Amino acid sequence: MSEHLSAEVVIIGGGLMACSAALALRRMNRSVLLLEQGWCGAQASGVNYGGVRRQGRPPIQLPLAQRSHAIWQRLPELIGSNCEYTISGHLKLARNEEEMASLEDYRAQAEEFGLQLELLGRAALRQRYPWLGDKVAGGSLCAGDGHANPRLVAAAFALAAKRHGAIIHEGTTVETASFDGKQFTVRASNGLEVTAKFLLNCAGAWGAAFAEQFGEHVPEYPIYPNMWVTEAMPKLVEPNVGIVGGGFYARQVARGNFVLGGGRGTGQLAIGSTRPTSASMFASMKMAYEFIPALQNALVIRSWTGVEGALPDHQPVLGPSATTPGLFHAFGFSGAGFQLAPAVGEVLAELVVDQATATPIQAFSIARFSAHNRGS
Amino acid sequence: MSEMLNEPRIVIVGAGPAGVRAAEVLVAAGLRPVVVDENQRAGGQIYRQPPAGFVRSKKQLYGSESAKADALHHTFDRLRSAIDYLPETLVWNCDGQQLDLLRRGQQQSLPYSHLILCTGAIDRVLPFPGWLLPGVYTLGAAQVALKAQGCVIGSRMVLVGTGPLLYLLAYQYAKAGARIAAVLDTSSFSGKLRAAPDLLKQPLTFAKGLYFLAWLRCHGVRIVEGVQKIAVSGEQKVEAITWHKNGRAETLECDAVASGFGLRSETQLADLAACAFEFNQLNQQWLPQRDGAGRSSVKGVYLAGDGSGIAGADAAELAGKRAALALLEDLGQSVDLRETRRLDRALHSIQGFRRGLERAFPAPVEWARECADEEIICRCEEITAGELRHSVKQAGTVEINRLKALTRVGMGRCQGRVCSAAAAEILACSTGKSLAQVGRLRGQPPVKPFPVAVGVVQNSVANSEREIA
Amino acid sequence: MSLFTRVAETQRASITFSLDGRSVTALAGDTVLTAVLTQADSLRLSEFSGKPRAGFCLIGACQDCWMRTEDGQPVRACSTEIQSGMRLLSAVSGGARE
Repeated sequence: MSEHLSAEVVIIGGGLMACSAALALRRMNRSVLLLEQGWCGAQASGVNYGGVRRQGRPPIQLPLAQRSHAIWQRLPELIGSNCEYTISGHLKLARNEEEMASLEDYRAQAEEFGLQLELLGRAALRQRYPWLGDKVAGGSLCAGDGHANPRLVAAAFALAAKRHGAIIHEGTTVETASFDGKQFTVRASNGLEVTAKFLLNCAGAWGAAFAEQFGEHVPEYPIYPNMWVTEAMPKLVEPNVGIVGGGFYARQVARGNFVLGGGRGTGQLAIGSTRPTSASMFASMKMAYEFIPALQNALVIRSWTGVEGALPDHQPVLGPSATTPGLFHAFGFSGAGFQLAPAVGEVLAELVVDQATATPIQAFSIARFSAHNRGS
Repeated sequence: MSEMLNEPRIVIVGAGPAGVRAAEVLVAAGLRPVVVDENQRAGGQIYRQPPAGFVRSKKQLYGSESAKADALHHTFDRLRSAIDYLPETLVWNCDGQQLDLLRRGQQQSLPYSHLILCTGAIDRVLPFPGWLLPGVYTLGAAQVALKAQGCVIGSRMVLVGTGPLLYLLAYQYAKAGARIAAVLDTSSFSGKLRAAPDLLKQPLTFAKGLYFLAWLRCHGVRIVEGVQKIAVSGEQKVEAITWHKNGRAETLECDAVASGFGLRSETQLADLAACAFEFNQLNQQWLPQRDGAGRSSVKGVYLAGDGSGIAGADAAELAGKRAALALLEDLGQSVDLRETRRLDRALHSIQGFRRGLERAFPAPVEWARECADEEIICRCEEITAGELRHSVKQAGTVEINRLKALTRVGMGRCQGRVCSAAAAEILACSTGKSLAQVGRLRGQPPVKPFPVAVGVVQNSVANSEREIA
Repeated sequence: MSLFTRVAETQRASITFSLDGRSVTALAGDTVLTAVLTQADSLRLSEFSGKPRAGFCLIGACQDCWMRTEDGQPVRACSTEIQSGMRLLSAVSGGARE
């Protein structure tokens, strides 16, 4: 089968970055064609932890995160559903004085970006959150952060993009992408060929492979963060909980289940072959119930992981290609992309339409990996 | 990890007919397999043994199958000192080179080089109004209550569904003194007649079936065939059952309902072991691929018994032997080719009988279409048929994993074990696709739930064999 | 008020345990499910609808029969042997308490 299509913008990938960009572009009346190898949101976008948080991000991500935060408040209007988005607060725990000091440092930095955090000592913490175990030394609360259901968010962005007229081809594996000086040509394994003026590389853990096709080398590597979920339990824990060092994270959804994460699983980039690793899962579980003792007797009913793209400095690649005009990258979010996705989509649309964006993204430039920047 | 093992480390999962016979063949060849089983005692389900100290004879427990049950139990008892036996142990994960076990509240890992999966089956369940009520059980459950606990599930029972187990259970219960108000079979008499030539491929089994039927009729147990539109009612528990036949409705008071529509293979470990699956038309289920001898698509992983395709206890014993012989062949040992050929022929003949059973006792095909929106499909999460259909209409869902992600069907404690058949039927019916086209639920560990706080035993079982009870 | 009826194997030692705070007896070798359902009509309440459940498959597959002890431990009733002194709760909708 050989089919030829064209649009103004072609997007490789059907995860959250891709679908939010497709929606933003459609709202700016650009024609969009999106190619996804599985179904939209099947990888990291749909199976991640679901944390919607600004706290804890490297400060240079905060402008993007703040922009995204405003969009999260408008989700029903934007994509037709709030996808169980809850402003539950994000509570980051410290186990000792040193970790507490790092939380204090972060609060000062965050304040410069308009993010207000509340530090709580041990006594205040345990009084406000009686479900906390006694190993906690203190914590930092971001009252405006929260969590959502990633399966619903990814699907809803894809559906909204479709409803706004984005053409989405699922089950379509892109093999090659190239630029001939005037337009991009993207070829899929099923014989589909798409030409477009602009190309968005939102291919997640596969993003570096496509960047490579344009002579841009990015040291992306796949990670498979362990996730697991318990049966539904009486509602006990309100905030989305994390810990300095990231050993575990836990959130209790409205239905009562605890969703937890921690440690790394294994997998191959091939779809469908990801697996949590029991040893690292048990280590994280132990930490989780030391801090939330009620979890001890909860039944774990499922574990999973997904394919996420990571970069050595834990910052994404976001912005224009360094070699090819009209090509824009958004991948390698290193396990922290979920909350950023709505703003990333708008930023990509602005880059296509206006060749510029108001949100500072210089730090995420792909150029930082180019040969003359790779030093020492 | 397996490169570190100097000799084969063979693990058999399941101590039912297939697992026991596989162990027997391996021991006879001089090997020492590990046999892991979830139950307290060997025998699987059909030859399930009550706890030690129960007094009924094997004849009372297993009726006409008592000789087979006895032989199997004795075989296993004789094997005990030649195997490493891990009862009351859940295999909850298979990682490619090791199994994760939950044993006495503790997590352990068990490396293996070869695996024989004999994981058995559960009843195929179709939802009907009231099926969540206390007092509604599977046919298998009613059998276990009687066999393993000396109880009947109610004092005035109705059995509903289809399949030979329906009549076997009615016979066993009636003999034990239970009052059976009716046996309601959704399949028709004419269907059974048409299937007779295939059923005659196993004349002894066929004769037994006729015997049960005749006995039931003689003892005044009411049997109704061609039953449709089942509904159970009651406030806090079962109080009555209603059905339709030829357009006429009838209601019977009862306090327990046992239901089942054939059996469904438990394939979760084969899935985690990365076996390739294909949709099997006869079983109407995705099953791990296996060759005639029981080799899966994964080197070193073998499949035997109802866990990879329903064929009954006799076939399971044969398949257990055959898979063990295949394993020995693959290890480079010479095996008795006459024996392998005999087993192959016997298994082939049973398949013909199986086709006859499907023709005689087909699962009702119209139920998905007739199932009301408010019907609960997923017991664990209480997801209704309407919610599934809404996802198809509203979100264009056409695939079962997507359906699960969006509606929560199959997301509960049983991870789709009970509901995935019904959910797939609803999805297929709503989308106009075939069962094969809607895909199969992707499995992840744990295969069954365990509490968060399981201690971690540092030594793998391979190092602590001496402590095995 | 019970679902199951004993028809055999009644000559066994008596086991005393507690169900919702009441002292009750069963027979040695009973599963928790048998022990409870020979004198009660349900094992637990659904955490979503609050309606009673009493197990379904009895072979440890359906996961419908999970109960809780008074100190919050989960017990799969059909595959756990009743022990003397067990303190079980049935009129609860699962999930651990703190």
